[in-house]
This record gives sequence, structure tokens and C-alpha cells, in this order.
Amino acid sequence: MRKRVVITGLGTVNPLGNNLKDSWKGICAGRSGIGAITRFDASGFKTKIAGELKGFDPLSFVEAKERRRLDDFIIYALACGQMALDDSALTIDHKNGDRVGIILGSGIGGISTLEKEHQVLLKSGPKRISPFTIPAVLPNLAPGNLAIRFGAKGPISCTVTACSAGNNAISDAFRAISYGYADAMITGGAEAAISPLAISAFNAMRAISTRNDTPEEASRPFDRDRDGFVLGEGCGILILEEMTKALDRGARIYAEIAGTASTCDAYHIAAPPPGHPGAAKCMELALQDAGMIPADIDYINAHGTSTPLNDLHETEAIKRIFGSHNKSPAVSSTKSMTGHLLGAAGGIEAVFSVMAIKEGIIPPTINLDNPGDGCDLDYVPQRARKGDVRAVLSNAFGFGGVNTSIIFKKFEE
Amino acid sequence: MTTDIEKKVKGIIVEQLNVTEEECVPEAAFIDDLGADSLDIVELIMAMEDNFDLEISDDVLASMRSVKDVVEFIKANKS
Repeated sequence: MRKRVVITGLGTVNPLGNNLKDSWKGICAGRSGIGAITRFDASGFKTKIAGELKGFDPLSFVEAKERRRLDDFIIYALACGQMALDDSALTIDHKNGDRVGIILGSGIGGISTLEKEHQVLLKSGPKRISPFTIPAVLPNLAPGNLAIRFGAKGPISCTVTACSAGNNAISDAFRAISYGYADAMITGGAEAAISPLAISAFNAMRAISTRNDTPEEASRPFDRDRDGFVLGEGCGILILEEMTKALDRGARIYAEIAGTASTCDAYHIAAPPPGHPGAAKCMELALQDAGMIPADIDYINAHGTSTPLNDLHETEAIKRIFGSHNKSPAVSSTKSMTGHLLGAAGGIEAVFSVMAIKEGIIPPTINLDNPGDGCDLDYVPQRARKGDVRAVLSNAFGFGGVNTSIIFKKFEE
Repeated sequence: MTTDIEKKVKGIIVEQLNVTEEECVPEAAFIDDLGADSLDIVELIMAMEDNFDLEISDDVLASMRSVKDVVEFIKANKS
């Protein structure tokens, strides 16, 4: 018998805000968090835009000494972990520490640190490399640092499944509780990859938008004129708890995780196959895992990257499971506002999916002026919409053909 | 001159290890008194090498336990 898993805390930093409240306000207002790259001089790059954090103060969360030696993706995770734990009012101590675990996802970990230290290697030689290079680069040092800070000694892991990493992390954390390996899990994803190497490498793949003159309009999922995703950075973390434990301590419960599923396309390193059958299968299996039927879902938080291929094929996959326009639930891509946070995408989109249930508001797809060929679902264009949201399915697909879907539902005892 | 070296060494330790000047007495041991770990010491010694333009071998590094050890080494090798 599986145990039920509820969400009791949320924390996020992303291009729309440095906390949950500001981020959700940005989502409801349909604001864009995309702008010119300030992190480095991008003047010689094909893409000069990204979704950066704005006014985030690392020193509110880590000491000056730690800041020097941690990559930003780890600092974002520490900040969100702290905010999510505060939000949940869960205390971790010697009594429950062994039963609290952490699983976080990251696509490319400390790529900025790797680049900086490689410059040092070339300029000053091997003896000048910081002893903190490897612990800043390894993706699993995000959960590792959180465990040290919060005293969580239960199961720990790190999913590195590209743009699906956040969803894989939450999915694994959900199972850790539902099969009895932990009572609480800190989970989500963190990414800080707005670096010269990452931008040029995504440019080389022709994967990211070059709409440099109007950055706020660059992320336009399902629109006719979409030209690639916009790289974003940040983190989204959820506190999951076994239901009876959460009820016993009188925790405020946002929502419940009903089920999850993962599949692989086994097709191409980066592109989805036509019609994206792997994604369709994934959504079908998630419904099965949750014991639900398509009509139970009121909103789909799409992967919706704003690349020509993803948006068309994800639409086809959704239609295969949920039916055509008038049968399918509302579908939107919050990436239209935040950009694509790679391994953190699943984390922040889980936060927004849970807020949609709690607040009864469906986030919009901004910049959707003219739906592209074959993109004919209800994408909640431009403006957020009020409505009862009983259940949300959130998709994340990644390079390597990974697909992961998670279903969140309103909590009823 | 020697006081200059002491002052500079202390400044680097205060900055690198995030400790106060008061804690940074000559007898203070990096690990036991100033909360450093072995990686902190490696980074600290690299900062000394950069700031005093000298090289400190791994054998010498292993013998450096306190503020005084660093100051004395630099005084002896930087004349």
C-alpha cells in the first residue's frame, strides 16, 4: 500500500522574483523576466538575452567565505531550501533527521566555475586551481550542501537528466516517501548556466532564441514566430511529506502528488520524434499511476520551450491523450515568462502548478500572438485565468529523450 | 618590515577564513581555533603565494598549523 505524499512548503528564485510571493505575482500579471545578459559581455554572441535573477543577494543566505567557493546553482538551492523549509515550518533535528532526504536535479551543475577555473589553468598553470573547484562543479553538491546545512540524513540523490532533471527529482522524492524510505523530502531543481560556454554551445545547436532586440517577446511558446528557447536561471524547491506525518504536526498542506511517470524516446540525442509518442505514453502512465482519467486534469503546465519542434510535437502528444481543442484541458507554458531553467524547470513549474491549485488561477502563455501551424489547443494566451483547478499535469522533457510527467491534485483527507 | 608582513598575513587570513582580527593571534591554529578545514588551508596558502610572490611546497604546507608558522616561513623566505 503506497503512502500518500503532500506538499507543505515552497521556495523559489527565478527571473520573475526572489521569493514565492513575487514570482507568483509575476505569473499572474503575465510579466516577462527576460532581458539583456548582464552576467558577461555578450556583445560578440549570437544570443545576447537570458532570464537572469534580478537583485538576488547571496549574502542573505550564505557567508562571504561560502559564496566564494560555491557555484551559484548551489547558492540558489540553499536559498530556496531555506525558504521552503521556513514556509513548511518543518523542523529537522536528531529525532527525525534520518527520515528526511534530499533529491535535487541540475542539468549542467557548476559550468560557470568550470569555465573560470579553466581560464586560470590556461593563464596561470595547474598550481593555481582552487581546491574548491570540483565541489563547486559537481551537480550533487547542491543536495550535499543542503544536507550539511539542514541536517537531513535520509536518502540523498541528484538527477542529471537535462531539462527533465527537476521533474525526475520530484518524481523520485515522491516515491521515496510513498514506498516508505523517508517521511519528508526536500526536492526540486537548481540551475545557473548563463555562461559564455553554455550560451555559445546552445547557439551552436540552434536551440536558443536570437530575438535580441525585444527580449521580453523572445520566449513565445506555441507562437508562429517562435525561434528557440531562452535560457533562464534559478531554483524551485518543494517540501514533500508523508500525509499522516504532515497532518499530525498540523502542517499547512498546499496540494498532494497523485502520481508520476517517466519514459524515454530512444530516438535522438536532442530532438523529439514526430508526434512525440514517448511524451504521450508518459502522460498516459502518469494518469494511470495517479488512478485518474484525462477529464480529471484541469490544467497542463506544458514543457512548452518555444522551440519549433517541442511545441508542435508536445501539442500532438497532448491531443493523443486528452483529445482535441474542446476536450483538452487548459495548457500553458510558464517558460513564456521565466525562460527555460533547464534542470530547475521542473522545480519552478511544480511550484507554479501547486500555486495554480491553491489559488485557483491558471497561468498564461504570454507572447502567443499567432498560434503556429498545428498548435491548436487552449494555451491560455496572454492573460491568467481564474477557475477551479482540481488537478495539474506538469511535463518536462530533456535531451537524451527523457520525458517525465507529474500530477498534482487538490488535497482532500 | 616584519610587522608589515605580519599585518599582511593577518589581513589575508581574516579575509580567507572569515574570522576577526582579534581571533587571529600568532598562536591561533587554523583547524582548532579558526574553524578551517584542509581545503581552506590549501586555499589560504595559495593566497599567501600570490600575495608574497613565493612558492610553498606541499611538505611545508603540511607543517603549517598556526598563524605564527605562516608568518615565520614568509619572514625567512622573503628577505
